[in-house]
Amino acid sequence: MEKATDLLSSSQSLFSLKSLKLKTKQQELLLRISILGLVYILAFITRLFSVLRYESMIHEFDPYFNYRTTLFLTQKGFYEFWNWFDSESWYPLGRIIGGTLYPGLMVTAAFIYWTLRFLRFAVHIREVCVLTAPFFASNTTLVAYFFGKELWDSGAGLVAAALIAICPGYISRSVAGSYDNEGVAIFALLLTFYLFVKAVKTGSLAWSLASAFGYFYMVSAWGGYIFIINLIPLYVLVLLVVGRYSMRLYVAYNCMYILGMLLAMQIRFVGFQHVQSGEHMAAMGVFFLMQVFYFLDWVKHLLNDQKLFQAFLRITLTCAISVGAIALGVGTASGYISPWTGRFYSLLDPTYAKDHIPIIASVSEHQPTAWSSFMFDFHILLILFPAGLYFCFKRLSDATIFIVMYGLTSMYFAGVMVRLILVATPAVCLISAIAVSATIKNLSQLVRTKTKPTQGGSGKGTTSAKASSKGALDHSLPYQRNGAIALLVGAFYLLTRYAIHCTWVTSEAYSSPSIVLAARGAHGNRVIFDDYREAYFWLRQNTPQDAKVMSWWDYGYQITAMGNRTVIVDNNTWNNTHIATVGRAMSSYEDEAYEIMRSLDVDYVLVVFGGVTGYSSDDINKFLWMVRIGGGVFPVIKEPDYLVNGEYRVDKGAAPKMLNCLMYKLSYYRFGELTTEYGQPPGYDRARGVEIGNKDIKLEYLEEAFTTSNWIVRIYKVKPPKNRW
Amino acid sequence: MSRAPALLPLLSFLLLTILCNAFSPENPTDRRVLVLLDDFSIKSSHSLYFQSLQTRGYDLDFKLADDPKIALQRYGQYLYDALILFSPSIDSFGGSLNAAAILDFVDSGHDLILAADASASDLIREIATECGVDFDEDQAAMVIDHTSFAVSDTEGDHTLIAGDNFIQSDVILGREKIKAPVLFKGIGHSVNPANSLVLKILSASPSAYSANPRSKLSTPPTLTGSAISLVSVVQARNNARILISGSLSMFSNRFFRSGVQKAGSTINHERSGNEQFVTEISKWVFHERGHLKAVNVRHHKVGETDEPSMYRINDELEYSLEIYEWSGTSWEPYVADDVQVQFYMMSPYVLKTMSTDQKGVYYTSFKVPDVYGVFQFKVEYEKLGVTSLSLAKQIPVRPFRHNEYERFITAAFPYYGASFSMMGGFFIFSLVYLYHK
Repeated sequence: MEKATDLLSSSQSLFSLKSLKLKTKQQELLLRISILGLVYILAFITRLFSVLRYESMIHEFDPYFNYRTTLFLTQKGFYEFWNWFDSESWYPLGRIIGGTLYPGLMVTAAFIYWTLRFLRFAVHIREVCVLTAPFFASNTTLVAYFFGKELWDSGAGLVAAALIAICPGYISRSVAGSYDNEGVAIFALLLTFYLFVKAVKTGSLAWSLASAFGYFYMVSAWGGYIFIINLIPLYVLVLLVVGRYSMRLYVAYNCMYILGMLLAMQIRFVGFQHVQSGEHMAAMGVFFLMQVFYFLDWVKHLLNDQKLFQAFLRITLTCAISVGAIALGVGTASGYISPWTGRFYSLLDPTYAKDHIPIIASVSEHQPTAWSSFMFDFHILLILFPAGLYFCFKRLSDATIFIVMYGLTSMYFAGVMVRLILVATPAVCLISAIAVSATIKNLSQLVRTKTKPTQGGSGKGTTSAKASSKGALDHSLPYQRNGAIALLVGAFYLLTRYAIHCTWVTSEAYSSPSIVLAARGAHGNRVIFDDYREAYFWLRQNTPQDAKVMSWWDYGYQITAMGNRTVIVDNNTWNNTHIATVGRAMSSYEDEAYEIMRSLDVDYVLVVFGGVTGYSSDDINKFLWMVRIGGGVFPVIKEPDYLVNGEYRVDKGAAPKMLNCLMYKLSYYRFGELTTEYGQPPGYDRARGVEIGNKDIKLEYLEEAFTTSNWIVRIYKVKPPKNRW
Repeated sequence: MSRAPALLPLLSFLLLTILCNAFSPENPTDRRVLVLLDDFSIKSSHSLYFQSLQTRGYDLDFKLADDPKIALQRYGQYLYDALILFSPSIDSFGGSLNAAAILDFVDSGHDLILAADASASDLIREIATECGVDFDEDQAAMVIDHTSFAVSDTEGDHTLIAGDNFIQSDVILGREKIKAPVLFKGIGHSVNPANSLVLKILSASPSAYSANPRSKLSTPPTLTGSAISLVSVVQARNNARILISGSLSMFSNRFFRSGVQKAGSTINHERSGNEQFVTEISKWVFHERGHLKAVNVRHHKVGETDEPSMYRINDELEYSLEIYEWSGTSWEPYVADDVQVQFYMMSPYVLKTMSTDQKGVYYTSFKVPDVYGVFQFKVEYEKLGVTSLSLAKQIPVRPFRHNEYERFITAAFPYYGASFSMMGGFFIFSLVYLYHK
């Protein structure tokens, strides 16, 4: 935003010279468009840090799957993609890719790719994938502008656009290369909300239809659409309860729900869930409630008798509620309505996953959010958010009620899971924008009361001041003007800090592709660890075409996408038993693990090990989750066997089972011979800062096949059964 | 080893590619045999046995076991197809040969005949142990049987045993029944229960035990009864065949020629069964019998001939393969009624016994189960004595495509009716509502 304002003031003076003849309205429009244009560009370029720092590459885990499927889509066409049965993952079960993904992202990227091709731009699909998320982030700023305008005024819209363009909470999921569903989904989410608010405001079928299509795009892109289909009914319900029921609301909701539902059911992964699963029942309930309301309204109109109507109301309500309850009860009991899924439960009850579904709890981005990460991702928005809420409450309308509800619910979810900060970000930006815009507008009005409007100050201040020239002014306070100036300066200082913080966070924290690791060397130079790709290319070049690779599920997508080899489990954690089997193999003794690996036809085992480089998110640190997930299905695996007095250790004091389980052996095989750090004994694990407890590791059923240059990835070959036994 | 051939699209059989190292796959019988002896007197004392091998076309190369020039391989190529170890007392072989080299020789698909006796050295015992056979640890122990010994004039300690407890297998012991008991004098061994590949060919009678015949039995013997195996064979996973006998003299001319009368039996056999027994066994060990190959594994949809890269659920498919047996000179069709194919994904979904045309072709057809996934056609043919065939061919099975589902189902007519009547009704309602005023 800092840049934006700088550029803005210069462009402003330029325009003021040339277009003096323009009327105020036209000038304002010009300003607004240029500000938006600059914000649009800013949102894009600030996300290119990762490309500058590393290279144009796909990041992390899930994006590799998305990339692989997009590649397939562009090569084989839509119908092949839709019907794709992938025999390379989840061996031997396979996965129906077409029916188990949200195709929105891939189709979007492929569409962009085909368009560019059509326009004779010979781009590679990877570049398109890398830049899809920044492109959609830019589009989000536009939606944020219109949304802000709808909620408050165009000034708030501009501020919202600028805030969301660089907000770290959003950047974390939309840097170049982060080719994930969220990249387009936040755009779709905000668009749907905006269109729905617009539809409620106008009561127009067209807007409502548009929001249904926005919803369809959201459903096609991300499982987070559940949030929409629950928030909107909740919003409608609140409006009903507070007596804001109107024909506009009736039209907007019914049209959006029915059409949105029909459209959403076209997505194979959603299908009949939309009318059958517990998560979607709230929307249906509210839909029926709307009809009851409408009916009651009509009856009231007909009856024209308060007393009679009260009696009628009582009977109808009782009947409606009991019919609804019975329908829900029968539906659930008969299995027609599926109960809530674990993920949904864990959102409502943050401790649920920890106790019941280790596979959800094991993912770091599903952990409850720490305060520091709120601060990290929102910075001053965290303070501006309550202020914005205050302004919203002060000027309550259907639209502000919506944004307040969106803000509060999403803040709650952001507190439950780290990754849902993303969902809260647009709301926080919008509400904060209202606070910033309203405050600055008030202050600059104060500044401007005594003197004639000057060209000085900030663009934003003048813009918003010009936008509304009314306002009751209190002349009684002394030094009011000076105070206002001081406050304005303070506000700009804060916003500047915000911009600096965002830029710093983007460049330092959120631009790492996590498949290539960077560290600072002893002399302050940058050291790059490219071990993952080294290992995957080794797999691709040196193993048989149909080799099956067993690894913990985190690396499944990468192995299939980059190594082009069959994996047993991957990041699409649809089959808990299969993952538990791998967890069991990893936590068993070598001979037991061998039996399991033979039954799964495993040829290679891949482990990630950070003991040499000090890379802490390796398999040994994830190992307890393997034990827990394995033990959840196979009770022979017990977590206490791997702990000593409840403590997880790998040194001499470690539990005997820990020291001899497959994961330990594969991670530390031959590690006892290696001196990793000066002044430490051989076999000193730098990730955990201890000397390992079992240095003399012999492998009987596996043999080392490949270890990358920094030992981060180690690949072992499963030996064939013994010849004479 | 079973993963070694990377050419999986046509991985029709693992076995023959492995045997390629040793013999021509078209001619699996061993040709060049190295015989290692303690001293050359064995060559003459066991000449009948060696002659029988030579007349069957084997090229025997006799060497002393401590000859420094012994080498099994040169330039990475094995010089021999099989090894006969008639050197029970050797402590260390000459040349580069040692136990590990012999086991490598076996693991690369070559055959081994090993004979021990009461003087068996640790080296010989170690090789046997590695093959799943444990000789009695007591160095002086011999197999003693007070009820089924061979009646003779001189020897009175009942260590000369007349064994007739043969394995019931025509493949290993030949069609012709061995009538006379086999004379055995030597040490007994037990078969490692963890090893599923070793077979007892000749076991001792229930009254036998293994102890030192010259000392008094102070502690109960560790090996007793029919747990004692006198002669065992191993068919390794790569189909290398190993014969282990606790008696070297079993192969000797003297035992071949002598008559035998089992204690308690009135029948006095003119000749012992030894000659027939060891000849038949060596035929088996040297792959003259019971050696199968499977070729031309084919599968396709019914009505088609090309092999698809993927099946769809509920497809009808045909699967066939050809199995031949080596007769010693040529490949003959293998005839059996128990060859089964599995359609396997974690567990067999289809298990069918294949029909045969008696000319070596086995075929069957079945319907792909209503389950998608990566399946395998598996033929696991493990029959006593014959080469175990283990064929696996991976094939994915996909679900229906979006346009392969049945359309216009009769049962759904009410729903179609409902939809269209709804549409029509809506249209009429709109007309009436808009224009009827």
